[in-house]
Amino acid sequence: MKYLMFVVKDGSTVTEADREAAPDIEKWFADVNGRGKWVIGDRLRPVEDATTVRVRSGELLLTDGPFTESKECIVGFDVLECDDLDEAIEIAAGHPMAYGGSIEVRPFWPIDEG
Amino acid sequence: MGSEAAAVLAAALAAERLRVVAGLIRVTGDWELAEDCVQDAAERALERWPRDGVPDNPAAWLTTAAHRRALDVLRRRRVEAGKLREVQAMTEREPAAVSGSDDRLALLFTCCHPALPPAGRVALTLRTVSGLSTREVARAFLVSEATMSQRLLRTRNKIAHAGISFRVPPPHRWAERTAGVLAVVYLLFNEGYAATEGEGLRDDLAREALTLSRLVAELLPDHDEAHALRALLLLQDSRRAARTDAAGDLVPMEEQDRSRWDRQMVTDGLAALEAAWRSGNPAGPYRLQAEIAAVHATAATYADTDWARVVACYDALLDVAPTPVVALNRAVAVGFRDGPGAGLEALAVVASDDRLAAYPLVPAVRADLLRRAGRTSEAVPAYQEALAVAPTEAERRFLRRRLRELGVS
Repeated sequence: MKYLMFVVKDGSTVTEADREAAPDIEKWFADVNGRGKWVIGDRLRPVEDATTVRVRSGELLLTDGPFTESKECIVGFDVLECDDLDEAIEIAAGHPMAYGGSIEVRPFWPIDEG
Repeated sequence: MGSEAAAVLAAALAAERLRVVAGLIRVTGDWELAEDCVQDAAERALERWPRDGVPDNPAAWLTTAAHRRALDVLRRRRVEAGKLREVQAMTEREPAAVSGSDDRLALLFTCCHPALPPAGRVALTLRTVSGLSTREVARAFLVSEATMSQRLLRTRNKIAHAGISFRVPPPHRWAERTAGVLAVVYLLFNEGYAATEGEGLRDDLAREALTLSRLVAELLPDHDEAHALRALLLLQDSRRAARTDAAGDLVPMEEQDRSRWDRQMVTDGLAALEAAWRSGNPAGPYRLQAEIAAVHATAATYADTDWARVVACYDALLDVAPTPVVALNRAVAVGFRDGPGAGLEALAVVASDDRLAAYPLVPAVRADLLRRAGRTSEAVPAYQEALAVAPTEAERRFLRRRLRELGVS
């Protein structure tokens, strides 16, 4: 199954202990990729560089910034190929941002499935 | 004849239903199909057994009928041949060998998966593990059948869509996942225990939780907290008959007729508590709570209660589960060990915790301590405050009784 990991910076305060316990991102990637679980992923430029696109009544409407104003913002993403949710959770729990922010794990909804 | 068949069927269902449902879910991944097939087999039994006689092995009959039904449905759906062969193989094996304890354990862990919404975990456990109908689960949670139906559907959908596997968790997740299973059973028990006379099926929730706790302790024989939870539920529920009077009013433990406590449940509870101690692990939160319940269960009278032991257990509980509610209960116990004045001092410290600001038991505890201290003029407004925030009618009736005893009508 494919899962999308939203890597989220959520403005929560991080204890020194959690900061130190956070795994190294390079090691995380080497492990996940080495096991053939990583499909694609990257960092994202900050929300200041985002453009939100809408079309209303035939008119193109552009907004500078993210689609929603909030403390949380998506700073990266990874697409994983996992056996099940438990495996995706294990991988997410090994990501450094799980220690300082949060990771949202969302299953893909294949187009041919109801 | 019909009632005899129904009795045999009920016993066979109690023995086999869970194995069959769990096995079918493992093979087909279809929760509704599994439940429907067992339901269908039960209906057939009720139709045939009174007419043709009860079979020699009712459990095996039921299992076979459920598997055949599953095969029929799957064939009609043109499910791939591999799955059909698997179900076929289940049908051909002896019922006891069809699926061992692992399927039941996997089912329990899947129902209580932490990625599911808490209300969904509880509902699905009652529906699938306990085998209650959707209507019964709905009534137990005081929601409409349609609402509960939706909740169950959403929960099953998340299992399917998010890819939650039907399995027992790996060893390094064992501790937190078993804690999650025990939490669901404990929550169910509390839902039922808080219910009072006249709330129908909610009373039965405590019984379902007791049955579940036995299953969990049986499936996790080496898990000390599973035994401890079973002990806690048995010891608490042993007081059920004495907890309310003929009018349905709550009777505080101090005034309960101890001869009405269920001695068998106390004996079983103490045995389960001993099983928890045999592990040699340091006591977890359920064991400490069970210890407290055991102190009460073994005291000949309220005055004989070993309050020093109760306070010591609360102190230990505060180390492993530091919640304001535990601290509040500790203040009550201190009030009995060292007198109401000491209890009020302990309460003052606890009540300053913001998390208890809206907790209805705080004014009730304060009122009780003031009453015991003979400070009636302060106790009355405290009882009135408690009355204003008490969540259930039974509690309000009890608080009004206390006010009457203090001369306020």
